[in-house]
Amino acid sequence: MQTSFTAAQLRDPAIAASNQVLRTCVHCGFCTATCPTFVLLGDELDSPRGRIYLIKDMLEAGRPATAEVVLHVDRCLSCLSCMTTCPSGVHYMHLVDHARTYVAQTYRRPWHERGLRALLAGVLPYPGRFRRVLAAARLARPFARLLPRGGTLFGRMRAMLAMAPASLPPAGVLDGVGVHRAEGARRFRVALLAGCAQRVLDPAINDATIHLLTRMGGEVVVAAGAGCCGALTHHMGRHAQAMASARANIFAWSDEIDGAGLDGIVMNASGCGTMVKDYGFMFRDEPEAAAAARVAALAMDVSEALEKFGYVPARPAPGLTVAYHSACSLQHGQKVTDTPKVLLRKAGFRVVEPAEGHLCCGSAGTYNLMQPDIAARLRERKLENLRATRPDLVATGNIGCMTQLAGGGLPVVHTVELLDWMAGGPEPAGLCRA
Amino acid sequence: MITQLPPRQDVLARRDAIVAGLRRLLPPDGVIAEKLLLKPYETDGLTAYRQVPLAVVLPETTAQVAAIMAFLHREGVRVVPRGAGTSLSGGALPMQDAVVLGLMRMNRILEIDTADRLAVVQAGVTNIGITQAVQAEGFFYAPDPSSQLACMIGGNVNMNAGGAHCLRYGVTANNLLGLKIVTVDGQVIELGGAHLDAAGYDWLGLLTGSEGQLAIVTEVTVRILRSPEGARAMLAAFRANEVAGACVASIIASGIIPVALEFMDRPAIHACEAFAHAGYPLDAEAMLIIEVEGSPAEQDELLGRLRDICARHDPISVKVSSSVAESAAIWKGRKGAFGAVGRISPDYLCMDGVIPTSRLAEVLRRIGEMSAERGLQVANIFHAGDGNLHPLIMFDANDPDSFARAERFGADVLTLCVEVGGCLTGEHGVGVEKRDLMGVQFTATELDQQRRIKSAFDPGWLLNPSKVFPLQPAPA
Repeated sequence: MQTSFTAAQLRDPAIAASNQVLRTCVHCGFCTATCPTFVLLGDELDSPRGRIYLIKDMLEAGRPATAEVVLHVDRCLSCLSCMTTCPSGVHYMHLVDHARTYVAQTYRRPWHERGLRALLAGVLPYPGRFRRVLAAARLARPFARLLPRGGTLFGRMRAMLAMAPASLPPAGVLDGVGVHRAEGARRFRVALLAGCAQRVLDPAINDATIHLLTRMGGEVVVAAGAGCCGALTHHMGRHAQAMASARANIFAWSDEIDGAGLDGIVMNASGCGTMVKDYGFMFRDEPEAAAAARVAALAMDVSEALEKFGYVPARPAPGLTVAYHSACSLQHGQKVTDTPKVLLRKAGFRVVEPAEGHLCCGSAGTYNLMQPDIAARLRERKLENLRATRPDLVATGNIGCMTQLAGGGLPVVHTVELLDWMAGGPEPAGLCRA
Repeated sequence: MITQLPPRQDVLARRDAIVAGLRRLLPPDGVIAEKLLLKPYETDGLTAYRQVPLAVVLPETTAQVAAIMAFLHREGVRVVPRGAGTSLSGGALPMQDAVVLGLMRMNRILEIDTADRLAVVQAGVTNIGITQAVQAEGFFYAPDPSSQLACMIGGNVNMNAGGAHCLRYGVTANNLLGLKIVTVDGQVIELGGAHLDAAGYDWLGLLTGSEGQLAIVTEVTVRILRSPEGARAMLAAFRANEVAGACVASIIASGIIPVALEFMDRPAIHACEAFAHAGYPLDAEAMLIIEVEGSPAEQDELLGRLRDICARHDPISVKVSSSVAESAAIWKGRKGAFGAVGRISPDYLCMDGVIPTSRLAEVLRRIGEMSAERGLQVANIFHAGDGNLHPLIMFDANDPDSFARAERFGADVLTLCVEVGGCLTGEHGVGVEKRDLMGVQFTATELDQQRRIKSAFDPGWLLNPSKVFPLQPAPA
């Protein structure tokens, strides 16, 4: 597609990168069909192609973001379904990430929006703070129904309170900083991103991951200094905060790579995986470029790690039918599609897949808190498709999806919990409760 | 750059009142009039041509469409209908003084009747959406344009869309049973219905391919077909375009009608393989995708005969797909072909001419010569069995001279199609792209006759008026 940036504009590396993305797009429109918001809202402006056009126009004019444009950029889930569909190979993720940063830099949101975003950015990436806020939210939950529904400030608060779990599991037993020795002879050594929100909401996921990997002969290190991957703040356009989180991880893991060595950096929340795999691009013009690229090359989803290091089940098949819900960050962001299903089948589960598997469930990081109406419609659509497969339970590889789909009448567990169970670990709590 | 009819100054002057009137007919998010938000609607699949419209409306029901049309007719405002905006001929190119009528919110399947083998759907249902709605019951909707994932049935009707499998199943016109249309002054009319061959004049035939110039299509009744027992694709690789072209002519001459017979040349093979990872032969100058259907025995028999024919043309390799996944990848590459060319060129013009299949080798050679003369690369991707060519002329829109050469190259290709006894458009429609070449195909008298038909439906020429016919005053 034609672009009209000046030579001066193109000297900005962010504009130069976006120009490349825009020149790749041929405006064929295939992406519209698989975009969740276009499917729901039926407006070019809520499709990837429409957003690309809005962003192109905004960047070319060099004008500050306006409320109308921000509305449509904000409605993007960053599910990246468009990137799976695109025949031309348009890197929409880099373009929309740039747009979100540009919006944060040039547009002043209404006070309540700023407050909400500051709250989320100040709490979610920090497990201690998040745990205390959730405890407080539990006390406030009974009052949630006094708040109106919808996209207003109060509606969002209602959505947030509804999302807070009724009871909070105790902190994980294994995922503190430290080294977990391999059972038997050490066959490989990996770092685990212990993460942020997931550790608070469902610490059993890290426990299962560590159990399973060590049982397979892996040494698992939770590196000192590594924390949130930066995705939460990155998707809010808080560039500096996201870069700081990512830089801390790059330093922490580089120490491990240069020290005892790493055969992989394992992520068990696929939203984080998409982010860490993109560190090379994010730091392309930074002093840490080489280190970032090395970290990104070692990053792998837990399912990829299990495949690579040879997962073998140890229990007889439980005779359960699992509906596999492919998280967008896994199927579109990382293009990991078959591996989790292959592993689940190997573990003895009957695996079924819902119709419209390419459509997002509406979780999308903090999207379900920012855009509760669209998120709720996507959730209902997803649950309907999942129920139609008549499964015993749902498995997925991302904590956001698990939280979003919880309470829909089907047990939802992490894929790694099922795989650990079949390899000798405990039955997943989410399944026991059901 | 393309010229359009001059905007009506009185309409531009009344813009605010017209938008206010539209807002009374639709919910708040159904009317778009802010300048920044109109920009993404300025073009469709042919981005070389752009024009920001007066406003965009997004109705959800036929009644709303009727109310909009009645209002705009009273106000004397031009209308450009739009489906998914995937047109490669600029069929949905807006006009400065026109309202774009977007039908993408009308995306409901209204009725599926497998006993009578039909489906009734709104105009904004995607082409593949119809097949997806009926495939669990063992049916499919046959016409399959490459953009079938995104393009909408209303646009398919208006452009008489084709596709790879039309060699066996015919184009949209052959798979259509009924239409609900809204006339330019807002009347709702139903044509045809749940039976083949409607009574009276062939109104469906007239409306199909009318490019949004006669009426607004809001509902479509299509024929659905039993899915075949099975299908298998074969890839045959050749040393030269002309050789592959000659092989196509031999297949057609043998009397075998495969369900699809598709051609790709070297640049296309490489771009599509990078997208679809389908195992295309990267060492070939040209490749044919040949698909057959039927029972396993029928498939084997046909593939054997086709293999023999290919063998007579010194192929580099002939490979039959061994799995459903492999066939899916083969078609994913072919159907994403136009977009995939975006990997090797920032822009392209996609031609759409038809020629007699016996002239294929000769036309391919001429296109190669033109490519060298104009200094522009070309990727050839087309429905070889129908003789429906889609040369993609690659250019760089940031270089105005390269675009001007591409436009002239395109005109030469289409003129050549007519010269060898073919026609200007196979399935993409005339739109604005081929409008000024209509004089190559038709005499002035023939064009006037066609204009009179438009005038009968739309005396004020309000419906998509800058398309199809060379710009000149409408006949009395």
